[in-house]
Amino acid sequence: MKVLVPVKRVIDYNVKVRVKADGSGVDLANVKMSMNPFDEIAVEEAIRLKEAGKATEVVAVSIGVKQNQETLRTALAMGADRAILVVAADDVHTDIEPLAVAKILAAIVKEEEPGLVLAGKQAIDNDMNATGQMLSALLGWSQGTFASEVDIDGDNAKVTREVDGGLQTITVKMPTIITVDLRLNEPRYASLPNIMKAKRKPLDEKTPGDYGVDVTPRLTVVKTEEPAARAAGIKVGSVDELVAKLKEAGAV
Amino acid sequence: MHFGLSEEQEMIVSTVRSFVEKEIYPHEAEVERTGIVPHELGLRIKQKCIDLGFYACNFPEEVGGAGLSHMDFTLVERELGRGSMALTHFFGRPQNILMACEGEQREKYLLPAVRGDRMDALAMTEPDAGSDVRGMKCQAVRSGGDWVVNGSKHFISGAEHADFFIVFIATGVDETPKGPKKRITCFLVDRGHPGFEVRDGYNSVSHKGYKNCILTFDDCRLPDAQVLGQVDGGFEVMNEWLYATRLTVAAFCVGRARRCFDYAVEYAAERKQFGQAIAKFQGVSFQVADMITEIDAADWLTLAGAWRLDQGLPANREIASAKLHASEMLARVTDTTLQIFGGMGLMDDFPIERFWRDARVERIWDGTSEIQRHIISRELFRPLGA
Repeated sequence: MKVLVPVKRVIDYNVKVRVKADGSGVDLANVKMSMNPFDEIAVEEAIRLKEAGKATEVVAVSIGVKQNQETLRTALAMGADRAILVVAADDVHTDIEPLAVAKILAAIVKEEEPGLVLAGKQAIDNDMNATGQMLSALLGWSQGTFASEVDIDGDNAKVTREVDGGLQTITVKMPTIITVDLRLNEPRYASLPNIMKAKRKPLDEKTPGDYGVDVTPRLTVVKTEEPAARAAGIKVGSVDELVAKLKEAGAV
Repeated sequence: MHFGLSEEQEMIVSTVRSFVEKEIYPHEAEVERTGIVPHELGLRIKQKCIDLGFYACNFPEEVGGAGLSHMDFTLVERELGRGSMALTHFFGRPQNILMACEGEQREKYLLPAVRGDRMDALAMTEPDAGSDVRGMKCQAVRSGGDWVVNGSKHFISGAEHADFFIVFIATGVDETPKGPKKRITCFLVDRGHPGFEVRDGYNSVSHKGYKNCILTFDDCRLPDAQVLGQVDGGFEVMNEWLYATRLTVAAFCVGRARRCFDYAVEYAAERKQFGQAIAKFQGVSFQVADMITEIDAADWLTLAGAWRLDQGLPANREIASAKLHASEMLARVTDTTLQIFGGMGLMDDFPIERFWRDARVERIWDGTSEIQRHIISRELFRPLGA
């Protein structure tokens, strides 16, 4: 079974984001970029499936700017076998919307015929949480979202999902799309031999045109602003005062 | 001219940095408080490093290393410089002087060191022989076909974890027009060898947990098989292998300075006095500007030294400049950061006081700043006969 893993290049989770002066988005020029952490978990899971003998090949895909090549090399250094880069924008500030991404992925799935798509549940930059679900609809495949445990068994996959009330376990038919949550696994470090090998692994470069997909944005960003700064706290002298203040604020 | 890193180098940097952040940082406070690296923790770090293929990455592939270039290895050292030296010691980088091993020495010392089965330590310094290496008193005399060693070494880093030692010992004296000159030989000595003892050393303010030890030799008998390189050829192996290790000190200083600098910038932006962030005061912001300028300069000087080594160009002077400038830069950066933090910088709630203490030794070991200036100026004036 081949596993396809879409990976997104996003602003590094350690970077303090800054809104651009004109409010059109977040400043990404000269900012450290990394693989979306949820996608890293998806890559890890795919590699583990391969190590367990359940997958034969792991193909990483990234859609965005030319620099996404670095993100793909990271996936290759972790252990993915080959990569596909779809260059869909020149400017690092251009975000390809989930529907366009899902359409491109759908076309790649038809070409590559994987038995499983493992994706991050969402990207940490815009938190859309949509691509996996849209891909499922476009392909007519089953889906298991927010996976914290995945067990592939022949024609079925048992997926444990992190839902509001706790854990829900579902069985989905293969081929399927699984979007992964934070607690599924702990991604490995790229080993030095694999880092050195990554460069020699195949990386195909494509364009949205190759898949007949129009990536023109359908959404308009009206405004981007920083979250309101937290108001200063106050010190209270006693438990009674604390309770009184909480009552006053309607918190208890 | 190309100032960027390759994709592999970017990945090496990001992997080592993540390793240091996740596997080293969480244990730093405990090591600092106790002055000890728990045995189990050291082994765990070592095993993770072996699993990642980074152990002994400074060694060539034909002996089981990763065969990194000087540039790649310098980047590794730079990232490791961010973390506690007591802990990153287990991210093993055996002394590359072990490449001088021959015959059975390879099986007994070189290969186990590269695999991580045996750890090494290098011993040169003595109470009366610091910068003046040839002033060493520890000596070996011929007796019944062996060498009998008497004397002691001190300030020996990594000794508490070492299974064997690379020791420089005087093996005779030559009379020269400038006066007597000692002949030096390099020996391999196993821990537990009769007549050889490893004792606790002093308590240093720099690099808590990265202990220094005292080695004593009391009629310690060593066969010829323990000689690394040639008899009386200690200076040759030293010159061939050890001058490049000074570059690792420079790389350490750059990595450590960048970590310290991040604290300085963040604190200056957050800390408010007189109703505004202290970064708004030029007295602070200009210091920050000077710091990053100095760090970048030291970084490029260090990487340029590594590049020269990779090109096979003479690099002795350049490496001395990098070591000199990076270690003195680190002293200024840690001191300035502490000043920006004010009183809080002296408290062990922040790692600043530790960075400041740690920085002090960098200007002393692996050749003091004065020795580096001597090397640099000697290279300039020797051709002129001055």
